[in-house]
Amino acid sequence: MRTMFHLCLILIGINSVAAKTLHKERSIYRNIVITQNSQKRCMRFETRRKAVSNQACIDLDDKQRLVFEYTRSILSGLAFNQNPKRILIIGLGGGSLPMAFSSLLPSTEVVSVEIDPAVAKLAKEYFSYQESDLIKTAVVDGRVYVKRALIKQQKFDWVILDAFNGDYIPEHLLTVEFLSEVKQLLNKGGLLTANTFNGSRLYDYESVTYQKVFDEIRIMKSPTKGNRIIFGCNCDTMDQKFVLDESLAKKLFPLGVDLQELLPRINDEIDWDTAVPPLTDQFSPANLLNQ
Amino acid sequence: MCFELLGGRLLAPYFGSSVYVWGSIITIFMLALSIGYLVGGKYSLFRPSIFKYGIIFISSAISIIPTILFSEVIMEWVFSLVEDPRYGSLLASTMLFMVPTAIMGMIAPYSIRILTESKDSSGQTAGFLYFVSTLGSAIGTIFTSFYLVLWLEINQILWLTFWIMFSAGVFALILSFRQTNSLVDAS
Repeated sequence: MRTMFHLCLILIGINSVAAKTLHKERSIYRNIVITQNSQKRCMRFETRRKAVSNQACIDLDDKQRLVFEYTRSILSGLAFNQNPKRILIIGLGGGSLPMAFSSLLPSTEVVSVEIDPAVAKLAKEYFSYQESDLIKTAVVDGRVYVKRALIKQQKFDWVILDAFNGDYIPEHLLTVEFLSEVKQLLNKGGLLTANTFNGSRLYDYESVTYQKVFDEIRIMKSPTKGNRIIFGCNCDTMDQKFVLDESLAKKLFPLGVDLQELLPRINDEIDWDTAVPPLTDQFSPANLLNQ
Repeated sequence: MCFELLGGRLLAPYFGSSVYVWGSIITIFMLALSIGYLVGGKYSLFRPSIFKYGIIFISSAISIIPTILFSEVIMEWVFSLVEDPRYGSLLASTMLFMVPTAIMGMIAPYSIRILTESKDSSGQTAGFLYFVSTLGSAIGTIFTSFYLVLWLEINQILWLTFWIMFSAGVFALILSFRQTNSLVDAS
């Protein structure tokens, strides 16, 4: 009887943690699944890997709090420039970054570029992503958007690259040519932040590619996950540029961003093989290297 | 197929790697091949020879050169002209891949004409030719996508394709001169 009771408890426990599927959708690029458990709602891309890779999550009790460590890490870029006027995000996901900016910086224009129309639609339906005069979405390939923006002579203060996941890398978004185009989009003193991954041969090639375009780069590695945030800027040096400001730290705290903990983790340590060639439009076997 | 795979790589910096970019490439390759088959078949009616066969190979090799040398300029121009990446990639594919692929398409029917010895064996000849060309496509695809892109730059792979086609053409020419010489000797 007692064991039965325990078994029941365990089953109930599993049930409340196990995510149920709210919605499934087959887009032209992938299968997208929206799942939900008692605390979180997540967007997942179905892959053959057993490990679940969530693309975006929101905390149902506290929608403002950023669930992913890497999104919180990206926000430490605000310590570099507290008041960016125009932000470009490549890779929308659930839209948690643009929504965070919309509450933190109400007068800042945020353009998010997303290749998959289904992702943009689901972000609005399930993740409270809301467009406005200042929060805009462009459903187009990131590279195409950047090239057009250059022709129109647009400028941004901050460009965030979040188009990579652990499984697949759009190879044309990881080349010297692309990053140079992104750098040209940045205002003087503008910041680039990219969410990337550790743990494959690609690490060396990727690092060298960013280094080639931005000369100096700064790295912030996740202590627990395989993420690595890369910072680069359209400026002469990145020394002493990340400033811990009390009022900013306070503003970021409700989002789950602890600047005091994050900023000391930004470093300029080069722990990759600098002898490998950079990736270019002519040579970009990123996915083959990422195995 | 090697050329087609690299086509995707060439277009990506300008038109992205959306589904419609691959759609454009496949459309143009199919269209070009169909034209090539038709023209090649017609051409085989007029005094077919190994010499002409070699010329087709050499022309297709030479027609790749503009794609290698001017792809950036051409795509830059198309990109500024056409805003919609669907039609942009379609136009760029046409300009970059139409002519070389059509000439390559001429090779298949011309080969059948040259290899066919009698009406009875024509089916077998065609079957063998489909076998060789489709197997070649499969090998070209796997070799390019698994290894070549890891070892070489795209333009280097295209030059490699050029030299293979060119050498095959020259080989055919040498063969045809040998034949005429031996005919002359015999008479």
